[in-house]
Amino acid sequence: MSIGESSTPLGKVRGLGSAREGGEHWLTERITSIALLLLGSWFIASLLLLPGLDPHTLAEWLKGPTGAIPMALLVIVGFKHALDGMKVFVDDYVHEPGSNFVINTLLLFAAVAGAAIALYALAALAFGGAQ
Amino acid sequence: MVVSILHRATGIALSVAGLAILSWWLMALALGPAAYATFDKAAHSPVGLVVLVGLTWSFFQHLLSGIRHLSMDTGAAFELGVNKRFAVLTLVGSIVLTVLLWAWLLGYVK
Repeated sequence: MSIGESSTPLGKVRGLGSAREGGEHWLTERITSIALLLLGSWFIASLLLLPGLDPHTLAEWLKGPTGAIPMALLVIVGFKHALDGMKVFVDDYVHEPGSNFVINTLLLFAAVAGAAIALYALAALAFGGAQ
Repeated sequence: MVVSILHRATGIALSVAGLAILSWWLMALALGPAAYATFDKAAHSPVGLVVLVGLTWSFFQHLLSGIRHLSMDTGAAFELGVNKRFAVLTLVGSIVLTVLLWAWLLGYVK
């Protein structure tokens, strides 16, 4: 891009400063972080308060709404926050547009697949399907 | 600066290994005793314990430095002294919380 005398005012500033996008991504990352602060604390506190950590106690806990619902939220918000965070990392180090797009798309697929697997496990526990 | 780099490193560890193990753990519980025994055996192996303790520390470190970053987003804690104390506090806090949680998990604290 030329920034010589012949450049228009728009030409001089294009590519500099705000890209007019990314604000929502930035805010979403912070809102999910606050949600995960609550959900993560819930997860640790639950493990501490359970009568035991054997598979039977754990399964009974995750079958009920007080276990299943927050855990489903932890999975969904956790994968979303991880995806947003990994995107920041990828955008910082992979500048070539093609590679950047491919890696971010693969990360999106991995996050959605991972969340689907975890949610299937929770549904199977709650409604009895996997065994 | 170290704490800022750790925020990234622990975030990546939690995203990749943390969420994979969480999903595996939930799937093992759903699939029944045989699948859970496989997970349990891996979790209790020396490598498994190192990974799980590492992820626990990553969780607490990322959580505490995340709180630090959220407060800095509001414009607070940019003074050098305060900023450094806050950073050191996240390191001390994450180690203390990890030791306490694992002391309890391994049955040393009731």
